[in-house]
This record gives sequence, structure tokens and C-alpha cells, in this order.
Amino acid sequence: AVGPKGIFRVIERSEQWSVGELEPEDFGAIRELSMNPIGDRIISAFFSPGKETVDFASFVRILAHFHPTETSRSRDGVQPEPANSRTRKLKFAFQLYDQDRDGKISREELLQVLRTMLEMQVTEEQLQSIAERAIQEADLDQDDAISFDEFRKVRGVDLIRDQIDNWEY
Amino acid sequence: MTWFTFPGDNLLCRCLGISITAWLTLLFVFIIVPAVLGVSFGIRRLYMRTLLKIFAWATSRMEMGAKEKNQQLHKPYSNGIIAKESPSSLQQELQELRGSASCPRSEPEFEMADIFYFCRRGVESILDDEVTKRFSAQELESWNLLTRSNYNFRHISLRLTVLWGLGVLIRYGILLPLRVTLAITGISLLVVLTTLVGFLPNREENKPKNGGICVSNHTTPIDVIILANDGCYSMVGQVHGGLMGMMQRAMVKSSPHIWFERSEVKDRHLVAKRLSDHVADKTKQPILIFPEGTCINNTSVMMFKKGSFEIACTVYPVAIKYDPRFGDAFWNSSKFGLVNYLLRMMSSWAIVCSVWYLPPMNREEGEDAMQFANRVKAAIAAQGGLVDLIWDGGLKRAKVKDAFKEEQQKLYSKVLVGEQDEGEQSDDMHLEDENQEEDENPEDESNQDSTKGQ
Repeated sequence: AVGPKGIFRVIERSEQWSVGELEPEDFGAIRELSMNPIGDRIISAFFSPGKETVDFASFVRILAHFHPTETSRSRDGVQPEPANSRTRKLKFAFQLYDQDRDGKISREELLQVLRTMLEMQVTEEQLQSIAERAIQEADLDQDDAISFDEFRKVRGVDLIRDQIDNWEY
Repeated sequence: MTWFTFPGDNLLCRCLGISITAWLTLLFVFIIVPAVLGVSFGIRRLYMRTLLKIFAWATSRMEMGAKEKNQQLHKPYSNGIIAKESPSSLQQELQELRGSASCPRSEPEFEMADIFYFCRRGVESILDDEVTKRFSAQELESWNLLTRSNYNFRHISLRLTVLWGLGVLIRYGILLPLRVTLAITGISLLVVLTTLVGFLPNREENKPKNGGICVSNHTTPIDVIILANDGCYSMVGQVHGGLMGMMQRAMVKSSPHIWFERSEVKDRHLVAKRLSDHVADKTKQPILIFPEGTCINNTSVMMFKKGSFEIACTVYPVAIKYDPRFGDAFWNSSKFGLVNYLLRMMSSWAIVCSVWYLPPMNREEGEDAMQFANRVKAAIAAQGGLVDLIWDGGLKRAKVKDAFKEEQQKLYSKVLVGEQDEGEQSDDMHLEDENQEEDENPEDESNQDSTKGQ
């Protein structure tokens, strides 16, 4: 968990880049992130649509998604859902696919993700058939797109709920 | 001559004269002559022990002070801030994620949940990545009374502040002028001395012999001086201008060194030929090379450039590890220039390092240059207690090449298709990527050396 010491390190790291606000280019300084096939998408997840910079508070709020979920939490309906709930984590992952944030993963968006993850390793036809099969398996209401609820039910995603709780920082 | 009539002045001049004479004499007797003759008075060990006791006391004071205020001292972990389990490969993690053993298929099988793996790796690297942290100074557990290495510095107790103040006085008032004088004397004698305290060589029978190449990990420009202290080497490097250039030309007069013109670095065959010629001549001294190509912060050993390992001769690995408790010797050349760096060096308590001479290695049958380089690197890392990394030191300045991203994609696609022999694949990919990098390497090297020279 990111305790006081962890926060200190996070501050230190953001000081390495700039004072005040971060821009997408600042993330480019992180070598391992540049190597990650979906690195660009993760970076854009930190920036609200239309905004070109992110301030420290928002940065930490996004990182808070990755804090381990407390298993015993009383739901009284009054408290706003914490950033690190399972739903929020799944939502974060969902938005990596759904770049235009319209609440659905379209076929084209799925293809784009597949392209960045595999690029030159498979042919275009193979990409198309992978995307086709994934949509067919997941799309329950037959609208040719995957909504968030359908996403949660996809084989592997629902099993992963336990794994998500292990995202510890 | 009128200004001599004032009696106070006269006294002052005399005092000054006496103290300077005394200073220089002490310097000569206690430092320069023993250094030249190789005799030690044992003053250094006493000094080190005293310093360590003081540091331990200072840290315990800080901890007490922090407890009073119910705060935690900022103590750096060596593991970073992420709770990582043992590092596993992309294949292993994805198999775990999927929960079942995959059987080989002809049709690639994609899971929407696969993205979680990349997502987690990505955010982990935002918080703390293996590469970037090698290029900033290592953090210490205990405070060594240098403000520059302390994150907790606030007024804890009067005694501690007084001690710190005293330390400043000693370091800037005594140690710094001492070393500056030494430096000036030294340069004019063509031997640059800084305060090298505690030189502990081991396994002396493994010292490099003629007709070989000596390779070592690189942390500071002082590495060269340390090794040169213990044996004569021929250096390899780019021709510089200014003070460095003058020293280079002077060094050539006494023994053969290999200095390249900037334009020649790009011609790898020419470089290799000159090295081979030098090595083939058994009367010439061993060559000293730092295959990382840049300074690393002494917690790890980064990728060795394979150029020096292509030449057919014996390689003598040397491991150098600095003790960070007394002063941080790492030169962060993107943050400090050379003068700033020297100033910090000379006002530290001491530079303490351990040097290990390892048994000589030769390239084996069926081993190519890169594998040989990695074997030597592993030996050096094991001896020095450093982390052995595959990353290129050139990442200090350059952006990540696309080849690395491609490698991740290749690994992932192999998972989809269900390949079983992953181990060999990843090795092949490393080699392929390094081959791709090859043609760009001379450029990188010349870029790095040009910035280092300034």
C-alpha cells in the first residue's frame, strides 16, 4: 500500500519531471513505460478528455485505483464509492479499451487495442478474426459492441476480480 | 614597502607565512611522499572508524527525534515502493491470469482480460522502474552528515545541528582546501590525487597482464584513477579538447594509449583493428575499457557493449564497488558538470571503494560476443554485489528504442499461439535486438562521450 513513504517517493518522481502539472511527454521519460505496448493508453488514462495537463491531485486520484480493496466494507449507500473498489478497477481497465468514452467498446476500438498489443506479429486477417470472436463471445445484447456490464461478465474478466485485489502498491 | 610598517600587518604576514609552510610540509610528508612510496600510516583507518561511529550516533539521534514527533523517518527500501512478488516472465504471468494450462492452438486465442497484465506493469513502472532509478544517486540508510544525502533534514536537536555545522567547517575549511592543493600539485605532476581512503584490493594474482583487456563497471571518472594506481594500463577513449586533451597528449608521451578522433568512432572496424593490434603486441600494457559506455550509480551493472568482446584475447574482469556511507561518488552527468562534481567529491568525507580482480576469462567455443559479454558482466555483478541488468546504459540520455516494444509484442503473440520453448526465444530476441542496435551504437557512444567531455 502507498503509505507516507510511498507518497514521498511519488512526489519525488513527479518533481523529477516538472513542478505543478504533468504533460504526456513527461511520462515518456519512464523507459519501461515506453516499452509497454499499451503505454500510451495508460498515459492518456491520467488525463481528462480535452485536458492537456494533469495536476498532482488528479494524478494521485488515478493511482488510488490501484490500492488494494478492503474486503470488509460496509455499504450504507451514503458513502461515495471508493477509488479502489472492484468496480472502479474494472472501469479503469474498460476505459483502456474504450478510448472515446462512450461507454461501449466498439469493434474498431477492440481492433485498435489488438493492433497495439500485437502489431507486426500477426496478419490483419488474424486480427480481424480475433476481434470477431471476442465480440461474439462477449456481446450479449447483440448490438455489435461491448458495454461495461458485458465486459464484467466476459470469461476471464470475472475470474480476474480476485486477481485485481492483488494490485498492491 | 610602506605597508610593512604596521606591526599588526607584520605579524599577520608572518603567521600566514608560517601556517602555509607548515601546511605544505604536512601535506608533503604525510600524503604525497607515502603515496608515491606506497607506505601507509594507518591514519585513514582510524579516520574511517571515527566517522562511522559519528554517523551511527547521528542516525540514532534522528530516529529519536522522529519518534518524539510520531513521524516515520524516510528510509529507502532497496525494493522500492511496490509489493512485488518474485519477478516472472510475461508468459508465466499471463498463464496465471488465465488460470489454466494452455494447449497449442493454430488459431491465436485472445482474452480480453490480458490487458490487465500490461496495465499493471504500466502503472508499476510509473511508480518505480528498474532503469530510471539507476541513474540517480543511491539512497542511504543512515545519514552521513552531508545535507545532500539527507531527506529528513530539519532541526532535530541542537547537538546534531552543532555536529553538522562542525562537519561543514571541517569539510570545507580543512578537507576541501587540502584536496584542492593536492589537486593542483597533482595535476602539475601529472598525477591527479583525490582523497582515496581505504583501497582494498583482493586476489592480487589476477591482475591484468600484457596482451589482455581489462574491463570494469563504470561509476565515476575516478574509476580510471583507482585502477591506474594499481597498475599501468592503456586507455581507450575519444580525443577531448581543453584540460582533458592536454592530459591525454601528455599521457601518450609516457606510454601508448589509444585515443580516437570523433570521426573514427563511427568506423567500428578501424576501432577493432587498432585494439587488436595493440593487444597482439605482447610488450604493450593491457587495455582498460568500460563497456557500459556511461556512468551508472553503482547499484547495478548495465548492458556491456559487445565491441570490446569481439577481439580474440583474454579478458580480465574487475569489479569496483564504492562504499556510499562516506560520500557518493556517482557522477550524474546530466545533473552536474565536471567542476561541480569535483567540488562535491572534494568536500565529501572520503571516497571509499573496494576493487576485486577476478580470474581471467576467455571466449569459449560456440559463444558469440554478446553471450561472452553477458558472462563477464554476471561475474562482475556477482562479485561486487550489484544487480545484473540487461538494460542499455545509453537509456540515460536516449529514448527507448522501438525494438524493445516489439519484443514485448513478440512475447505476447507467442503466448496467444501457445509456444512452449519460451526460454530460447527470449534469448534470441535479445540478440536480434542488439544486432539492430549495433548500427546505431557508434552514434550513441559518440553522443555520450561528447557530453561527458564537457
